[in-house]
Amino acid sequence: MKYSYYPGCTLKNKAKDLDAYARASAQALGFELEEIENWQCCGGVYPLGSDEIATKLSSVRALNEAKEKGQDLVTLCSACHHVIKRVNDDMKNVDDIRFRANNYLKLDTPYAGETKVVHFLELLRDTIGFDELKKRVVKPLTGKKIGAYYGCLLLRPSGILAFDDPENPKIMEDFIRALGATPVIYPYRNECCGGYISLKEKDMAKNMCDKITESASGFGADMLITACPLCMYNLNKSASKDIPVYYFTELLAEALGLKEEA
Amino acid sequence: MSMSHGKNQAEQIREISGTNPLKCMKCGKCSATCPAFNEMDIKPHQFVSYVANNNVEELVKSESLWKCLSCFACVERCPRDVKPGKIIDAARQLVVRERGGSYLTADEIPELLDDETPQQLLVSAYRRYKR
Ligand code: SF4
Ligand code: SF4
Ligand code: SF4
Ligand code: SF4
Repeated sequence: MKYSYYPGCTLKNKAKDLDAYARASAQALGFELEEIENWQCCGGVYPLGSDEIATKLSSVRALNEAKEKGQDLVTLCSACHHVIKRVNDDMKNVDDIRFRANNYLKLDTPYAGETKVVHFLELLRDTIGFDELKKRVVKPLTGKKIGAYYGCLLLRPSGILAFDDPENPKIMEDFIRALGATPVIYPYRNECCGGYISLKEKDMAKNMCDKITESASGFGADMLITACPLCMYNLNKSASKDIPVYYFTELLAEALGLKEEA
Repeated sequence: MSMSHGKNQAEQIREISGTNPLKCMKCGKCSATCPAFNEMDIKPHQFVSYVANNNVEELVKSESLWKCLSCFACVERCPRDVKPGKIIDAARQLVVRERGGSYLTADEIPELLDDETPQQLLVSAYRRYKR
């Protein structure tokens, strides 16, 4: 099975691991990620102003390219996923945005939200299935107590992201179980790490990351997993608690016995 | 600042955000859930009623503009679908677009970075803080 893939700028640079382990795992699991040609950065945050068009065009281009290939569009970074999924929803449901964006882009056939945007975790859950994933695991992560850190971008707003229950998600816990480890559920797993605030408001970010890491280790987690390079950075930089943070794809590759090759 | 100016700007905030602050029933849930609450001089639920009352001058000077994380906790948990986070962003946009305001200058960037700063952080901050 072939999918269009949108890696995003950070995965080409500071978050290379997130990307490399995902590609290796995908291959081992029997699907191919075909990188979109000439993709441009999505901007990292969804433009909230309902009158903004220009800032949404890079997402529309990627979406349209997947549509032309007849493929679903797979994302990995939480932020890319959030932005592209919301822009896609605009293109499907907001007449004014669809009209103006198409006016700009002058595509042969107008784009109207046809592409399905799929986060890598959703692909594991809905296409491969966690039961099947479990069978493919060759090095189960037995005994590891792992806290899933969802953050905000994958879950909210839930009407559009439709990723999981925004207040009580379980996709990452099910993922952790499939790898043979033990998920640790803690209250702050879906609270924000501070996001872009860490650039200028270091104290604020520290405060928020402390709450998250203290909550996780208080409930017994030895490590955290995330899908977001910014969560990773903030939790590593800002939290006083020293709890290791991994990309979920790194643990996936490890459990699939691919870690050395990736 | 004349009343009509305030009204005009409040109208703009309503338009940019695409939300209706009059739907707010002042339950305070948005502020209760906001992770940036302590840092905000005008709290999310107050922000909504300022816009509803066309009282914009206070808002555009507010520190809250630069403390909101766009985490959507308030948007998700508001029982009336008012979307306070979008209203705050709209006020921020008004300041950035029309008043040449900004919370980030090119000069200060180098010292804010370290070896591990992800592109995502810079890109996101640029988009929220600058035109
Ligand atoms: S979210 Fe990030 S990593 Fe993804 S393209 Fe956009 S800015 Fe870059
Ligand atoms: S938790 Fe932090 S970086 Fe992650 S999604 Fe939220 S703000 Fe973004
Ligand atoms: S949660 Fe919604 S209804 Fe309640 S105060 Fe905030 S904006 Fe108003
Ligand atoms: S979006 Fe802004 S106002 Fe709303 S909860 Fe998050 S930080 Fe607070």
